Amino acid sequence: MSKSSNSKEFISRYGIYIIFLGIFIILSIINRTFFTAPNLINIAKQASTVAIIAIAQTLCLITGGMDLSSGSIMALAGVTSATFGLADHTNMPAAFVVAIGVGMLCGLVNGIMIAKGNIPAFIATLGMQQMARGMALLFTNATPVFGLSDTYTFLGSGKIAGIPMLVIVMIIVIILAAFLLNRTKFGRHVYAVGGNELSAHVSGIKVDRVKLQVYVMAGALAGLGGLLLAGRIKSGTPTMGEGYELDAIAGAVIGGVSTSGGIGTVYGAVVGSLLMAMITNGLDLLNVSAYYQQIIKGMIIVLAVLLDVKTKKSTK
Amino acid sequence: MEQPLLELKNITKQFPGVVALDHVQLDVRSGEVHVLMGENGAGKSTLMKIVDGIYAPDEGEVLIRGEKTKIHSPLDAMKLGIAMIHQELNTVLHMTVAENIFLGREIGKGFLFEKKEMNRAAAEVLEKLQIDLDPDRKVISLSVAQRQMVEIAKAVSMNAQIIIMDEPTSAISDKEVDTLFRVIETFRKEGKGIIYISHKMDEVFRIADRITVLRDGQTVGTYEKDEITSETLIAKMVGRELKAIYPEPDDHPFGEEILCVKGLTCKNVFHDVSFSLKRGEILGISGLMGAGRSEVAEAIFGMRQKDGGVIKVKDKEIKIRTPGDAIRSGIAFITEDRAQTGLNLKTTVKKDISTLTLGQYCNRLSVIDREKENQAADESIQRLRIKTPSSNQMVKNLSGGNQQKVIIARWLLADPDILIMDEPTRGIDVGAKFEIYTIMRELAASGKAILMISSELPEIIGMCDRTIVMHEGKVTGELARDEMTQEQIMKLAAGL
Repeated sequence: MSKSSNSKEFISRYGIYIIFLGIFIILSIINRTFFTAPNLINIAKQASTVAIIAIAQTLCLITGGMDLSSGSIMALAGVTSATFGLADHTNMPAAFVVAIGVGMLCGLVNGIMIAKGNIPAFIATLGMQQMARGMALLFTNATPVFGLSDTYTFLGSGKIAGIPMLVIVMIIVIILAAFLLNRTKFGRHVYAVGGNELSAHVSGIKVDRVKLQVYVMAGALAGLGGLLLAGRIKSGTPTMGEGYELDAIAGAVIGGVSTSGGIGTVYGAVVGSLLMAMITNGLDLLNVSAYYQQIIKGMIIVLAVLLDVKTKKSTK
Repeated sequence: MEQPLLELKNITKQFPGVVALDHVQLDVRSGEVHVLMGENGAGKSTLMKIVDGIYAPDEGEVLIRGEKTKIHSPLDAMKLGIAMIHQELNTVLHMTVAENIFLGREIGKGFLFEKKEMNRAAAEVLEKLQIDLDPDRKVISLSVAQRQMVEIAKAVSMNAQIIIMDEPTSAISDKEVDTLFRVIETFRKEGKGIIYISHKMDEVFRIADRITVLRDGQTVGTYEKDEITSETLIAKMVGRELKAIYPEPDDHPFGEEILCVKGLTCKNVFHDVSFSLKRGEILGISGLMGAGRSEVAEAIFGMRQKDGGVIKVKDKEIKIRTPGDAIRSGIAFITEDRAQTGLNLKTTVKKDISTLTLGQYCNRLSVIDREKENQAADESIQRLRIKTPSSNQMVKNLSGGNQQKVIIARWLLADPDILIMDEPTRGIDVGAKFEIYTIMRELAASGKAILMISSELPEIIGMCDRTIVMHEGKVTGELARDEMTQEQIMKLAAGL
């Protein structure tokens, strides 16, 4: 391998980290508030829920699918678990189990539709997006669940030693998910299924089961996300989490997760999500209007993928 | 001498780290079939991509009818009268034959196109080529050979003067090959120039006027068909004298019967297929494309549900519903199509090799012991002499022969008793073929049983201890090693 080919491989593998670092340094230079502990913690906090959903999307994307229902599952999990988090009778273990359980159940339905029913993930999870949102509205009669206890909101709003619980939970999820994907048999099977489904089938991998498990996990993560978000906004709102799945997919894709399956890492997805949060924060600090921000973010998503496509092509 | 249609002079092309082409020369005359040969990685595809305008050469000239030309894109090439028939065909499956032939050049006024007129024009082209195809049929319903004819018709309708065919016979039956050759013959008479890439000796000598051999990106030479033999051609391609294409059989004794198939039936696909296989034996399944050979293998391997029949492994009847069941019974299946059903091209050599046997390198919690995995992968790479810079190289960067070895390595780690190998040497070069054959012989000698499906008769005769022949879903005969001749097998394969 020659130098130039090596450097191309290097860019295609670590490009997102380099870009992240570059923007980080630029923002630190041009704005004084940016590189301060409270601001950096704030960015991490802003990014945390999206990053957790981005990890869920990464699992789905690697198998060649996606989960458009994450945001709605967050809402359904948030409102149902919030009823166990009211100030007068909080039952935290129950709230936790309900949030994750509701998420897993929705994920299971997604998984069955996709793996057993052979419905494209796009359609199946689009259906679930509508169903879960409708259920969340029905369950609450479209009014938010207020009056949550501090115990319930601790995960979303609390801090330990100045570090938001949101960030701590995110880090735990990252470590677990990365371990699962990189170091376990299950993780390898996820990549094998996404890389070449037929080949995985011939190798005796139970493709259906892997997909089912992936969507259940994605559902569980969305459920956790709902619990965190409800805690952060201190209410169980049936409209919350809207658009989260798209931000998360954007984060994952910016971080190098391939939409055609088989390729991507948890770290990439998280850094992609952090990058988006950092850019929002930087633009806020620079007083760029929200409208411009949206335009800029849209361009970044497309450019990131373009860069990825180009470098992959030239290393071929 | 007459002006050549196409002349390539001192073409050099470098890729990062590799000189893919090094001052290559090639000329194609009007009315000739010029065969381009060389091992995989010799530079044939790169050279043709330069002619097709996909790559630009770093050095050298492309002359068309004596005029210096720069070809910037396939569209450019098309306008200059160059058509390329790709190995992996480029037809649009959900369009009709006529729509494919006139793709991008639809006949019509404004943006309305006239279906009738297009069908008529397509029918005209097809008739000229004596191809019996309905222009209104959807391409998805056609066989590979028919799709290929659609591409050829497209080239003809563009009035291409230089037609490049990249291994056109790799996936079609002998009868279809005859049709193809007849079409090529008409091209020759019309004064078109044909560049024909192939690995198959018999067909090369059947149609070539001249043969150019490439090796490691350099032109070894251009030869008149009559002045060269297949042995010297092979020697020129690999750069060394090969004693034989097939390793000598070592005549080890066979062991006990390990696989017995009785009356295996899949409705409308194959009927009443029976055979048995002993340890140490290499059994061939011969026959034409579409005879149901791969389907039999799929049924044994649990990829296709059988309607009847018994499969016995080690004298015990087994029920196989999924590939997992088959693997647990000690069966391995190296499928016909590496890219489609074999490899995961998006991963590394190491991870692909360990796919099947991952459980062996895991602790009780299914966590992978990376050291064990690395060790297994490295041992496999050494054992099968897989050429790769490291076990962390991406599978897609390896040559065809080495990719094939990766799949074999994957299965060997599972230590199967029975290996089903479907077209184990398709699309790989002569040198790599010999290595695969050697591996097969070694496996047989060590007591494995091999069931090899092959469309290449010399391969069946050169490698198998015994072969069964199939025709339209039925076994039409069984031949021992001393009974196998090309004629005998062909007769059975044709159902005579």
